[in-house]
Amino acid sequence: MGLVKMQKSLQDYTKSLFLEGILDSQFLQLQQLQDESNPDFVSQVVTLFFQDSDRILNDLSLSLDQQVVDFKKVDPHVHQLKGSSSSIGAQRVKNACVVFRNFCEQQNIEACHRWLQQVKQEYYLVKNRLETLFKLEQQIVASGGMIVAFEPGF
Amino acid sequence: MNGSGGSCSSLMEVAYDDDHHHGHHDDELHVLAVDDNLIDRKLVEKLLKISSCKVTTAENGIRALEYLGLGDQNQHIDALTNNVMKVNLIITDYCMPGMTGFELLKKVKESSNLKEVPVVIVSSENIPTRVNKCLASGAQMFMQKPLKLADVEKLKCHLMNCRS
Repeated sequence: MGLVKMQKSLQDYTKSLFLEGILDSQFLQLQQLQDESNPDFVSQVVTLFFQDSDRILNDLSLSLDQQVVDFKKVDPHVHQLKGSSSSIGAQRVKNACVVFRNFCEQQNIEACHRWLQQVKQEYYLVKNRLETLFKLEQQIVASGGMIVAFEPGF
Repeated sequence: MNGSGGSCSSLMEVAYDDDHHHGHHDDELHVLAVDDNLIDRKLVEKLLKISSCKVTTAENGIRALEYLGLGDQNQHIDALTNNVMKVNLIITDYCMPGMTGFELLKKVKESSNLKEVPVVIVSSENIPTRVNKCLASGAQMFMQKPLKLADVEKLKCHLMNCRS
């Protein structure tokens, strides 16, 4: 595939993530922080987010599976995940965390279990999409191309 | 970076990420950014560096106070205080385990050495009572998280105007 076509694919793919609400404008803010001196900034931060979130989701699953759920332990984890996802622009993960957190405050165990699944689902979705996005970028760079900043135009 | 935050270890360890690569010019703002969230620390550090600030990050209020020379009396931090390059601004998250950003703000404002240092509180939640109590306790500004480049520019302008 020619470079121009690859770059178009990347733009279209990125656009679809915004249209589906998977990413929000905060992701664009992240991209603005990336430059020639730091060309991997976005993927570095996102990778940190993945590592951190994998750990948090694991801890959350364990906490909710206890005989007696300690909500004082659960809340800080959700808070952190909500914060991180918001910071990288993972809108749907953030929104799911907000609902999840409300149920934690109400100590509604059943709803918490349901919403943890929802959070995980949204997380795996954005993880999958961003990994694809980074692969597309890598292909472009490997072919000698440059990553053009995404212009939302909407 | 481990989150134990317990033992009084060397302050030059991983608890701080100090920018040793660039010299500190007098017109460059030296910002101490405090946040328990690793991703947010990375972001605020980048935002500030891009905005030509020198940045030191701390993962909690206690570490921040230690860096500022307001640590536990039992710790011998006087030598370090002399080495620490003057902090011109503190940006702190509000919601942190242990010491909150609000508590950190109060400690800074209570200190004769540091009360003139502007403290900016950032939070994902723009709750009016929270905003008001921070401002009432001497916070320079209360800003919404996540911070954007435009926010940092605005903040710098505000501070420069206050300085002159």
